[in-house]
Amino acid sequence: MPSISLSINGQAVTAEVDARTLLVQLLREHIGLTGTHQGCDTAQCGACTVHLDGRAIKSCSILAAQAQGCSVLTIEGLSDADGPLHPVQQAFSEQHGLQCGFCTPGMIMTTIDLLSRIPSPDEGEIREALEGNLCRCTGYQNIIKAVQQAAGMLEPAAGRGA
Amino acid sequence: MYAFEYLRAGSLDEACARLGEGSARALAGGQTLLGAMKLRMSQSDRLVDLGGIAELRGIEDRTSSLVIGAMTRHAEVAASSRVRERIPALAALAAGIGDVQVRNMGTIGGSVANNDPAACYPSALLALDATVHTSRRSLQAEAFFTGFYGTALKEGELIRSVEFPVPRRAAYVKFRQPASRFALVGVFVAQTAGGARVAVTGGGAGVFRATALESSLDQAFTADSLRGLRFPPDDLASDLHASAEYRAHLIPVLASRAVEQALAD
Repeated sequence: MPSISLSINGQAVTAEVDARTLLVQLLREHIGLTGTHQGCDTAQCGACTVHLDGRAIKSCSILAAQAQGCSVLTIEGLSDADGPLHPVQQAFSEQHGLQCGFCTPGMIMTTIDLLSRIPSPDEGEIREALEGNLCRCTGYQNIIKAVQQAAGMLEPAAGRGA
Repeated sequence: MYAFEYLRAGSLDEACARLGEGSARALAGGQTLLGAMKLRMSQSDRLVDLGGIAELRGIEDRTSSLVIGAMTRHAEVAASSRVRERIPALAALAAGIGDVQVRNMGTIGGSVANNDPAACYPSALLALDATVHTSRRSLQAEAFFTGFYGTALKEGELIRSVEFPVPRRAAYVKFRQPASRFALVGVFVAQTAGGARVAVTGGGAGVFRATALESSLDQAFTADSLRGLRFPPDDLASDLHASAEYRAHLIPVLASRAVEQALAD
């Protein structure tokens, strides 16, 4: 049984897992972080998107053991339970960028990856970046608006060197 | 997934040694392998993870070629300023594989070793006359790819890197299968020192060169020289997504678009 050590939302974690354990299973079933959703389990829907060393990946499509020594960021790591929301979460809330909410954690993690690479994406770039995230409520228009608002909220902060 | 033993290799030599024992498979990014294992379409006693082998990662800029380490992610190739400057068609191809999340995990070595008949990378290797450097030898792309999911790799042999000669100009155009994002048909066109080369993926049982199109392009490297050419559908695949005739029609159409794009870059 592989023993793995990694950082999850800034906390050092060591776990003994069956070799077959997926990263999403480690997060949800071993650590209790159920904000990351397991949707299709076939790398299509993107609900399980988390960041691995700063880049969006589908946690249903990597073994937990592959994250050895890596830094994982999940939706729970974006803001404190009682604190203000992350600007991308805030924008999704204000723009009604969610309906049932199942796809939302993945949408938000992919959006943060996008805005870290392209701070002011145009609509085409947003749609392309979110290609691997499906919303079965089909609420895409408001998701696009939310990403646009989030870009506007994050950009002045980036300009100040934050 | 059936149970397996997981090993994380620290070096290429260690990985090759561990792969030589039993029904072991190499795990690169896992974006194809793990999905196949979940569906129980693939079964191994042992997975040897290559993720910790630093020597397999990175892009080296040589005088007349680019050497890309086997564990270099698609996203890294797409974003590399060296690749974008020297072989922009290759960066664009990498930027069009799967989706963002898949590109952040998937690797060039994994894609090339898997040789999916609709994968993008094999067409770039064949059109650019790339060399596959393995743990034992160096092979030209033409000798490396051996048909439907087939490669010349032997047991316990791993891809170390892929070396792409820099062409005069090149472009890749794919007609995307929208659900899988693989190529329904993809055509990589290159104008190289040795003449024009046209490689087709998604057409049939594996990547191949369209030599009739190459001859036309050797006379004049223009989109017009491909217009009206008919490609025979005989060896192409028919499935629920497209008939062999449709795929045959796409090949010169996409090739002429690729030539236009190559000339515009």
